[in-house]
Amino acid sequence: MAPSTSLRPIAPKAFGYAQAQHLLARAGFGGTPAQILALQNMGLDKAVDHLVDYQAIDDHDLPEPKADPDIMRPESMEDRLAERNAKREDEAAYREKKRAEFLRRQGLDRLQMRDLAEWWLARMIATPRPLEEKLTLLWHGHFASNHRVVHDSYLLLRQNQMFRKLANGSFADLAYAIVRDPAMIKFLNNDSNVARHPNENLARELMELFTLGVGHYTEQDIKEGARALTGNSFDDNEFRFRAPIHDGGVKTILGQFGPYDGEQFVRVILQNRQCPVWVATKLYKHFVGDIDLKPDASAESVVAQLAEALWGAQYELKPTLKTLFKSQHFYEPAIMGNQIKSPAQIVVGSARVLGAPQRDVRTLHDAMAMMGQRLFDPPSVAGWYGGRGWINTSTLFVRQNLCAYILTGKLPLEDGWSAQKLDFDPMFLIADLPTKSPEAVADHLLATLLGTHAPDRRDDLVRFLKGRSAGITRDVLVGALLLITALPEYQLC
Amino acid sequence: MSNQPAFTRRQFLGTSLAMISTAAAVPIFLDDSAWAMADPDGRAPGNIPGTPDQRILVVVQLTGGNDGLNTVVPFGMPEYYNSRPRMAIEEKQVLRIAGADGVGLNPELAPLKSMLDDGMASIIQGVGYPNPNRSHFSSMDIWHTADTNGGRGLGWLGRAMDEELATHDGKIPATSCVCVGGEAPLAAAGMLYKPISFERSNLFRWVGRDLHPALGAEYDRINRAGVVGPAAEAAARPLISSANGPANQAAFVMRTALDAQLASDRIRGALAGDPLTAFPDSPLANQLKMVAKMIKAELPTRVYYVSMGSFDTHANQPNNHGRLLGQFSAAVQAFYAELKAMGQRSRVLTLAFSEFGRRVEQNASNGTDHGTAGPVFMFGDMIRPGLLGEHPSLKADRLDKGDLVFNADFRSIYADVLDGWMKINSAKVLGQAFPRAQVLKTKARV
Repeated sequence: MAPSTSLRPIAPKAFGYAQAQHLLARAGFGGTPAQILALQNMGLDKAVDHLVDYQAIDDHDLPEPKADPDIMRPESMEDRLAERNAKREDEAAYREKKRAEFLRRQGLDRLQMRDLAEWWLARMIATPRPLEEKLTLLWHGHFASNHRVVHDSYLLLRQNQMFRKLANGSFADLAYAIVRDPAMIKFLNNDSNVARHPNENLARELMELFTLGVGHYTEQDIKEGARALTGNSFDDNEFRFRAPIHDGGVKTILGQFGPYDGEQFVRVILQNRQCPVWVATKLYKHFVGDIDLKPDASAESVVAQLAEALWGAQYELKPTLKTLFKSQHFYEPAIMGNQIKSPAQIVVGSARVLGAPQRDVRTLHDAMAMMGQRLFDPPSVAGWYGGRGWINTSTLFVRQNLCAYILTGKLPLEDGWSAQKLDFDPMFLIADLPTKSPEAVADHLLATLLGTHAPDRRDDLVRFLKGRSAGITRDVLVGALLLITALPEYQLC
Repeated sequence: MSNQPAFTRRQFLGTSLAMISTAAAVPIFLDDSAWAMADPDGRAPGNIPGTPDQRILVVVQLTGGNDGLNTVVPFGMPEYYNSRPRMAIEEKQVLRIAGADGVGLNPELAPLKSMLDDGMASIIQGVGYPNPNRSHFSSMDIWHTADTNGGRGLGWLGRAMDEELATHDGKIPATSCVCVGGEAPLAAAGMLYKPISFERSNLFRWVGRDLHPALGAEYDRINRAGVVGPAAEAAARPLISSANGPANQAAFVMRTALDAQLASDRIRGALAGDPLTAFPDSPLANQLKMVAKMIKAELPTRVYYVSMGSFDTHANQPNNHGRLLGQFSAAVQAFYAELKAMGQRSRVLTLAFSEFGRRVEQNASNGTDHGTAGPVFMFGDMIRPGLLGEHPSLKADRLDKGDLVFNADFRSIYADVLDGWMKINSAKVLGQAFPRAQVLKTKARV
């Protein structure tokens, strides 16, 4: 039977533990039994408001990123003068010095990018505002640029902070900001988009990937859009509009015409009814379901309604997300437990939910990269494809083994295991259980970690627990968690 | 940050050679059905002198849009130099191809020239398709799906494997198509067939089994079981989305889990050895080295898929592009040297493509923007060597919005490969009959 496509809210009494578990997994990275219960006890409306209006939650404990803004900064005038003199004296030596200096800076910048990626991952794990980070990640993958091309970690940090600041605000503001964003300008070569030689890269991706999608604009719209974006450049880490290289002539874009600049080009796009559909599709894929292969009729209907909501709210995301997170469609059995976890979801979620001691963040991020998602490094301007693309025969093992690392702190080495001792006591996870029978323990762990798939694996887990003569000891509980995190269903949320 | 060493791939995937031998044995019933060697009937193209029975196709994807004009250089056309004042390859640097007039190779392609001289390489010029799409993603999808509308999520190789499943009663090895790389390419995705894909050799083991002795048996019971439970009743919630609802992701993950266990046993064994010859150190060379090992281990694989990136040269193209071409051609040359040393060279046909060529006129950033037609490369004993087809004209009135007009449809190359090499009906796979490009030697076909 086809699932309900209604965006009307579910009945308040229908919001139980399973629904709260689902909400926290999708609007965040999942939670411990205590966190899920707290959400359930708030009731649907307050729980959703709590997650979406996250600015009300104090997060001042989170560490600020540390970054040197000047690693890749172009040279100052004095530097250039000094070098010109040096060059006059010995050109070969000068070139060699320049080359060595450039390589040194690039190396430093790569290290800084790695540190910043680890800062962000640690923030995702620690934040009391999970939706803020989940949205920041969405915009990072939507307006995707990467360090391999940008080669400037500070610009990418600034972009990340822009995404975070606007994360649950208005999509229109994000679209206006992205054509002024130095990292994106550098990534898509708009700094060399000049009136006499337009570079179409940003104009094309703005329409194809950021706002409209293929088939909703023409090649001519791209050429004209590129003219509108001429002059959008940056200098000294800041956006700068270079009037002399801007094409001030009249452009015709998407059937409208005027002497557009970049901001007006974005405004024309935002007035197109396809734009909310494109954004709603992204929101649906991020929060509701994987519709890569072949959009089903119910998903298409929900996307259309979500687009209407976004249009009605003038691109404001908070009301749109609240509608979605309360909707009947969102809590359909066909939707719950049927989304493939992204690498960020499984790494951050496992770190937050299992309650294990904080593990080495570099290790966690390296593992995420092996699963196909290195932060600040989406494979292309299209971002990560997600969905089934995350899971293949190799990433599945990486995902299982990462969980084993989180649970035990142990890394497999060439000749045995690293010497970190097991320091995780998961008994707290079952502390509140009145009876600690194998059945009760299995039900409790599975309801939190497997959600809607819990009943399907109850027999497997009970059999494992009953087979242990020691009873439910700490080691047995760790073993049970190892097994659960290696289940196919643990890849879903 | 702690002082603990970062997770290396080797640590993470955790397999010394000693560990491989202690991996759990595959239950016999699974081993039989899933891994039986594929040579099931008399359809195999054997018994032709000089033609091997089990033929292998290797696909090399050059991602980002390779600049065909600075690869196969039309130095005899003045428009080339007029359009690229700061980044054309000088005529005196162009490597000459025997029998070719006014067209030669980028100087970094010396390994390719040497393969051309040995009769092991062919270059098909000006390959593209009608109404070219200049988006990376759309054009890549078109090449992967062989559908100029971008297809609906099924690739040409995946559909070819689906054809094989249909002809062989649903029984072809899980390793029929092996992709080296993080994500399985769309090209290899079939409706029923899903490829094996992985990135590094030390893959495929759950390390949790070493931590608790009781865990291995339970893990194997679950992960080697295939699709079970409610997910098995997939009729109501199909594997791919339908009008009735979303795709069943649980069934998909369970099937991938089973594939992973089986592939683990087989592939880790194959990759344990060393190659006979030296390979250069580049990502593509490493991937082709792995392919050579799997061929040597006689995996029942018909298609291998590898790729290399960074061809999207919008800025500062000259140095970067030359380096990429050097890596590409040296890797392929080393691969065929290894195959020859193994005595397997005549089994292997290689096809290298990019999603599009680049704009004729250079841009202001010393780079090139997205274009249209470009060259395709094929390697092996069974191809007609040399420069095939005509170089597209660069004359202004022969360009389409500043881009080259294609003169060979890439699907006619696919048809040649499918019908002539794979012996899979190309009209069924491609949805229509395309005339074969005839890159394969007629003698080898019969």
